[in-house]
Amino acid sequence: MPLTELTAYQLAQQIKTRKISCREVTNEFLSRIEEVEPRVKAFVTVLPDEARRRADLLDKRLAGGEDIGLLGGVPVAVKDLICTRGIRTTCSSKMLENFVPPYDAHVAERLAVEGAVNIGKANMDEFAMGSSTENSAFFPTRNPWNLNCVPGGSSGGSTAAVAAQEAPLALGSDTGGSIRQPAAYCGCVGLKPTYGLVSRYGLIAFASSLDQIGPIANDVRDSALLLQAIAGYDRRDSTSINRAVPDYLASLTGDVKGLRIGVPKEFFVQGVESYVVDAVRAAIDKLCELGAEAVEVSMPSAEYALATYYIIAPSEASSNLARYDGVQYGLRVAEPGDDIIAMYSKTRAAGFGHEVQHRIMIGTHALSSGFYDAYYLKAQKVRTLIRRDFEKAFSQCDVLATPTAPTVAFEIGSKTNDPFSMKLADVCTIPVNMAGLPAISLPCGFQNNLPIGLQLIGNLLDESTLFRAAHAYEQATEWHKQRAVVEKS
Amino acid sequence: MRLTPEEVDHITLLARLELSPAERERAAGELSQILDYFEQLKQLDTENVEPTEHVLPINNVLRVDETRPCLSLEAVLQNAPEHASGMFQVPRVVEAE
Amino acid sequence: MSKYEIVIGMEVHAELLTESKQFCGCANVAVAPPNTHVCPVCLGFPGSLPVLNEKSVELSLRTVLAFDSKINKHTIFERKNYFYPDLPKAYQISQRLFTLGEGGCVEIDVAGQDGQVQTKRVGLSDVHMEEDTGKSQHGEAIGDPDSSLVDFNRAGIPLLEIVSAPDMRSIEEAESYMATLRQVLLYLEVSDCKMELGRLRFEASVSLRPFGQEEYGTRVEVKNLNSMKAVRDSLRAEIERQTKILDSGGKVQQQTMLWDEASGTTQPMRSKEQAHDYRYFPEPDLVPIEIDNAWLDRVRAAMPELPRARRQRFQTDYGLSAYDAEILTSTRDIASYYEAALENYNNPKTISNWVANELLGRLNAENKDIIASPVRPTQLRDLVKLIDDGTISGKIAKEVFDEMFMEGRDAILIVREKGLGQISDTSEIEAICQRVIEANPKAVEDYKGGKERSFAALVGGVMKETRGRANPALVNELLKKQLS
Repeated sequence: MPLTELTAYQLAQQIKTRKISCREVTNEFLSRIEEVEPRVKAFVTVLPDEARRRADLLDKRLAGGEDIGLLGGVPVAVKDLICTRGIRTTCSSKMLENFVPPYDAHVAERLAVEGAVNIGKANMDEFAMGSSTENSAFFPTRNPWNLNCVPGGSSGGSTAAVAAQEAPLALGSDTGGSIRQPAAYCGCVGLKPTYGLVSRYGLIAFASSLDQIGPIANDVRDSALLLQAIAGYDRRDSTSINRAVPDYLASLTGDVKGLRIGVPKEFFVQGVESYVVDAVRAAIDKLCELGAEAVEVSMPSAEYALATYYIIAPSEASSNLARYDGVQYGLRVAEPGDDIIAMYSKTRAAGFGHEVQHRIMIGTHALSSGFYDAYYLKAQKVRTLIRRDFEKAFSQCDVLATPTAPTVAFEIGSKTNDPFSMKLADVCTIPVNMAGLPAISLPCGFQNNLPIGLQLIGNLLDESTLFRAAHAYEQATEWHKQRAVVEKS
Repeated sequence: MRLTPEEVDHITLLARLELSPAERERAAGELSQILDYFEQLKQLDTENVEPTEHVLPINNVLRVDETRPCLSLEAVLQNAPEHASGMFQVPRVVEAE
Repeated sequence: MSKYEIVIGMEVHAELLTESKQFCGCANVAVAPPNTHVCPVCLGFPGSLPVLNEKSVELSLRTVLAFDSKINKHTIFERKNYFYPDLPKAYQISQRLFTLGEGGCVEIDVAGQDGQVQTKRVGLSDVHMEEDTGKSQHGEAIGDPDSSLVDFNRAGIPLLEIVSAPDMRSIEEAESYMATLRQVLLYLEVSDCKMELGRLRFEASVSLRPFGQEEYGTRVEVKNLNSMKAVRDSLRAEIERQTKILDSGGKVQQQTMLWDEASGTTQPMRSKEQAHDYRYFPEPDLVPIEIDNAWLDRVRAAMPELPRARRQRFQTDYGLSAYDAEILTSTRDIASYYEAALENYNNPKTISNWVANELLGRLNAENKDIIASPVRPTQLRDLVKLIDDGTISGKIAKEVFDEMFMEGRDAILIVREKGLGQISDTSEIEAICQRVIEANPKAVEDYKGGKERSFAALVGGVMKETRGRANPALVNELLKKQLS
């Protein structure tokens, strides 16, 4: 079996026992990138030299008898909104096309401490706004299962890289589904952790109260492994949770006896394709066969989550993205004689793509004088209702099972003229962000050779139960063993 | 409810976005569409509901008043579109009429 | 006399006396080469996040307690969104709802109609925490008419904003308000209040209304005030401007004016710059601050006594006049000096005279602060002791003090070395009296003949022989004895 088909866990084991070297592993993935990247286009920046240097260093440390960490020698693709010191970090935006952060994000530091090899910066929807990675200012990324389809988004580059075996692991970020939805489209395991479990320091903000960094992997064990490496308190993030991180790998017991699985009926209507409903229901049945029990729950406010999200996220974004004004960093567009306001307005019009501008305008309006109460404040209140629904549901069950996305991956360009239908791709994932809960997407079937995603939602800080349930399901099925074959175009 | 051109202009001035007439027209349509979509929230009674500012009950996160190393001037200015004399240079700001 | 009543409100921004900035670990310094005290957080680099400085909350709480404001036990930060090159994130982290303090007042002294000093309470509408912006220099000032340059060293320095109600009715009241506020902030060690460095800044809002009218006139904000003088001059100019408008039947426009020192006039700010809608919303990157009684007790315990209370105490405990008490409490350092000198020696009146007259006089003459006084409080106390126990006379003491001030040495050393101690040895004075009597037969004769004034000449002779050191009472007594 080629090294690129091993899981991250297996790679780390084999490196640790010196069966293979970090250099070999890195080289293997770099050649795979060379082979498929022209068709997949998962990366904004590939880092062959840096990765090889890093692999050599790790090999040297390993030879010296050092423990090189949980991810020792494992290549990781990093979504290009995670700041990496000395390495261009673009957010797939013209605005930051040449931005080189003078500092590392907390998760980048964690990866370094745990011995990972940053193999490249992954493409995304500009500033994480989108569900298809078509909003990248540079190029769209393609779905390795079908190059005519989108990989989902916004972490489409990270997910496609993992699905195409260009990297065994990737970091993504999830504001309304940006890890889980592309994971579903690409047949990967994508986890959005509890808000506050992973530090946001150095994550370029989209919507601060919703953003979370999380792992993208080929199976549940790898997902747990990467979360283990990046989770934990960081004093530089005021919203970071200060408590000990559990041993996630230890939660992979395969035992789901007595686990109560809540099935919220509201997630199985409105535009969810029947093949998705069937696959998710079958997955729930499978879990029940393994000893779990299913309970119907109701979440009446969930249907308002999409509207709520499209107020809160753009509002926060309008403020978070105001700093891109051509003063300290990033693009500047000005003509001689322009005053400062002209410089700002030209810079921002030229630097941001259409979708980003659109959302900035929504947010600006929603926060502006006379509209705040009707939009922003109202949305924050509805958010409370959504949280209450989840609280009530979790009094009746341990995890919730829903579709991740209402459909499988759609064709590139098929929804660009109807941005609103694109937004519906996130209808099942958005409520989770509203409540700050953890949720995982894993493959549960195929339609037209395109993967279908099962979403399991956990209670706050209960990633362990999610991993346990996901792992038990995965071990009882074969979906995760299927790998995308990247066609020669 | 369609936004008026004045409302769109106000938004783009606040957001510092220079739109062409065609873009402005498109923005008016798209914004109006999404604002209509938001109307559904009016159906929900939130009279006595507290807004959610944070999903977790964390408070009083404070740092001890200690200094930490700063960035080097080189790192500070490395990404600057224009700088002079160690400062960021911008088109002149005129405050008074 | 004008027919309009003047209505003034004040917004004060005080930079807090912390080691580090409000939300990051960069040093809080007023003067440094540009952009040398900045980091990703205070530069607003993508991905950076704020973490609140504990000390700045404590200093803010001190202020809120000092002015008796209502404390919001649940307080949050919000974002104030606007574009300006010196605002790195294009929003300022500030407070609007649930500010740290609401209400309260500043008690100021104003001259009453009868010329007596009266106390007036200027209400506060809110006291809140925020972060300072960077500093920009424009055009000609930097030798480039088309550019502005921005330095972010100041960006993120903790600021306390204190907003008053429109309760002041004259420029004098506004001045008294500023002076009082400054004194309190200095006492509390909340800010060093160095206006020349922009550590303390004022903005005024002014309106006029006919006397007797209930509702306020249209208010105009005046910015760019870098000194007390600028506040005074700009208020005068703005009041004059508004008076002219009203006199000619016009209407004052609500706007922001910038004080132009050079022309001595206020100029309207560009309308584009005024088109603000700050779109405040709760700062999602910071969590709420919950203030419990234990925290407040800790802050109270660490809080220095306020100037008014100290002034009152100086009068009741030490029997000082209102005037002396005011001088001795004018700064916290002077008051502390005075009380340190009083320690272990209970002569508040004499020590007060020495501090208020001699010491402050000399310090002022040399433009020195009391903390730089060459004479330490214990040294001043020992000098007064020497007077009180008769070792030196008051007159000699001034000589000794001069030496002390120049050399910083103890009084007793100077007295010993220069032989300035009072002679109270009976036999020594007797011998001198004897010599003086022998040397002045004429005076002795006159005295015996009934000329009392001649006695004074003889005393003077003794004093001259002893260079003033002889105990005057003893000299009188012994001379009389020898002459009888």
